[in-house]
Amino acid sequence: MLLTSAIVTGIGLGSMYGLIALGFHITYTVSNTVNFAQGSAMMVGAVLGFTLMVTFGMPFWISAIIALAGCAVFGLIVERLLVRPFVERNSDAWLMATVAGGIIVDNLVMFTFGKEPRSLPSPLATNSVDFLGTGVYPLQLVIPVVGIAVAVALQIVFRRTNLGKALLAVVQNRDAARLMGINAKVVVASAFAISTALAGLAGLLIAPLFSVHSDMGTLFGLKAFAVAILGGITSASGVMIAGLLYGLLEALVTAYLGSTYTQIVVFSIIILALALRPNGLLGRAAVNKV
Amino acid sequence: MARTYGPWSRRLFLVGISATALALGIPLAKAQETIKVGLVAALSGQSAKSGEAIIRGLSVAIDEVNAAGGVNGKKLELVSRDDESNPGKGLLAARELVQREKVAVLFGGLDTPVSLAIVPFVNQAKVPFIGVWAAGTNITRNGAADNYVFRVSAVDAFVGEALVDYALDKKSAKAPGMILINNPWGESNEHALNDALKARDLKAVGVEKFETNDVDVVPQLTRLKQSGADALFLVANVAPSSQVVKSLERMGWNVPVVSHWGPSGGRFTELAGPRGEDVHFIQTYTFTDELSPKADKLLTALKAKYPINSLADVMPATGIANAYDALHLAALAMAKAGSNDGTAIRDALYQIDSYDGLIKTYEKPFSPENHDALGAKDYIFTHFVKGEIIPLER
Repeated sequence: MLLTSAIVTGIGLGSMYGLIALGFHITYTVSNTVNFAQGSAMMVGAVLGFTLMVTFGMPFWISAIIALAGCAVFGLIVERLLVRPFVERNSDAWLMATVAGGIIVDNLVMFTFGKEPRSLPSPLATNSVDFLGTGVYPLQLVIPVVGIAVAVALQIVFRRTNLGKALLAVVQNRDAARLMGINAKVVVASAFAISTALAGLAGLLIAPLFSVHSDMGTLFGLKAFAVAILGGITSASGVMIAGLLYGLLEALVTAYLGSTYTQIVVFSIIILALALRPNGLLGRAAVNKV
Repeated sequence: MARTYGPWSRRLFLVGISATALALGIPLAKAQETIKVGLVAALSGQSAKSGEAIIRGLSVAIDEVNAAGGVNGKKLELVSRDDESNPGKGLLAARELVQREKVAVLFGGLDTPVSLAIVPFVNQAKVPFIGVWAAGTNITRNGAADNYVFRVSAVDAFVGEALVDYALDKKSAKAPGMILINNPWGESNEHALNDALKARDLKAVGVEKFETNDVDVVPQLTRLKQSGADALFLVANVAPSSQVVKSLERMGWNVPVVSHWGPSGGRFTELAGPRGEDVHFIQTYTFTDELSPKADKLLTALKAKYPINSLADVMPATGIANAYDALHLAALAMAKAGSNDGTAIRDALYQIDSYDGLIKTYEKPFSPENHDALGAKDYIFTHFVKGEIIPLER
């Protein structure tokens, strides 16, 4: 029972880390930048979902679509205001700018949404069901399915659709892509929109198991970045696998060694893993062009 | 040169006049017509509601004291400062209140770290500091030879005893476990609970910690279940406490949960679901009791002074009640002392024989050995019913 519950917990949380980390992967491959406000994007997804569903009483699907669209717009704003101006001037200050942007959004939400944590009700997280001898909410089983399905769908979109091909073209050679009539600016902006929408999806999915509040995304964003690095930020499948491994490791260490040791053991293992494979589990070696 | 006096020199001139006046002891304006009492508490941020409750309790008590003629013929006046739950800012505010505003007595708020930062300063400045919320044991038991710190609130050391007695006597627990938030507050309660268990010849079968943002506490709880825990002690704020309850519900583990007062700080039953009502937690006071005449009077005064529609607006009542009783105790001491001298007021606090308060009738509430007016016997156990805190039988 200890093992099953740890595995269910681990895979559920792991796929959330994976989804947010995929966002880091997408923007990094397309533009060599990452959005450190990913955790805040997750929170924005949950807060918008709560506001539409609970405060305005709108149906789940409409609320979810509007919330994800809101997160995508957040990504566009981050790219336009906090990343592009610095990249155009060859500065790495987008790093600090996106961190700052996340903090600003967290605080804006605290003022508007309030300081009290709230609960997003879901029919999938009301009564627990028996799963291999341990009680789980149905939502806990849905989360990894959705998480992995989205990751696979994303791969297919990248390989098969025009937007995906355009993204990959920009990744391979920005100038050649531009000559082929691909608008690189639009492609990079959409990469940011997709990445924040993924984080928003994670927020919507996890909210009923958790509580909705302004700093709910901070720790998730941090862990997801560790996951992205661990997976090798250039490989989508690597990032998703790393997410699942990270979640499992966290839950198993807590279950068998006790929660006092969780962070110490997990992060020590990450450092060890990176020492053995500096480019991550499935990542390619970065080539420094001089 | 038409202007002889620039704005700066004019200001300097005024400062000079004031300084001279002060040096000569000439009363400026109408100084000292009131006795100021200070409050340093969280008035903004996550815990803003606690500061609001304290101000309400103090203000109603001050109105009562002033209506009865004040203290030594002078009216009391409250001066409050926001510590933003930040120890540095709290200390700065305490300094300002003592040195500039010359408060006779200082009251403290919800955060143990803020109170701990103020303790050495008030002991040095010899100004009585009365805590009305923060429960950290070493705030009052601070080891100072000359201790000016008092408290009318729960104390972690006593809360540990109360929780252990309740779990053992009311829930017939024989093998209790602990699930505690991973911060200094959880740590302080781990010690208190261990000591209290030891006094009853027991040991916890397991101690588990969790983080404020943990989504799932099932692994920790499963460990406790496997070690045979038949009751749980819970110490955490409202959101993490509800994560524990949700995890218990998922596991289908119907174990009694006996908790510190964390759940009272927010929408616990919304966050934790219906099982949240099974969590029994301590309070020093609740208004939904059969109202005593004193409580009825206080509630009427609160409603007249503040926008209060239901009992949910005076929650947690603990903050209001502690502040209300603390101010009356301080006023009694100030009257006895007959002056605003800190040491005289401190010694007068020791001399209070009896005060019929809101929480209880205080008999010799303070002595040089005991600076805490409330003890383990004064806590009541409560639980949530439909969003309101309802007392369980004593």
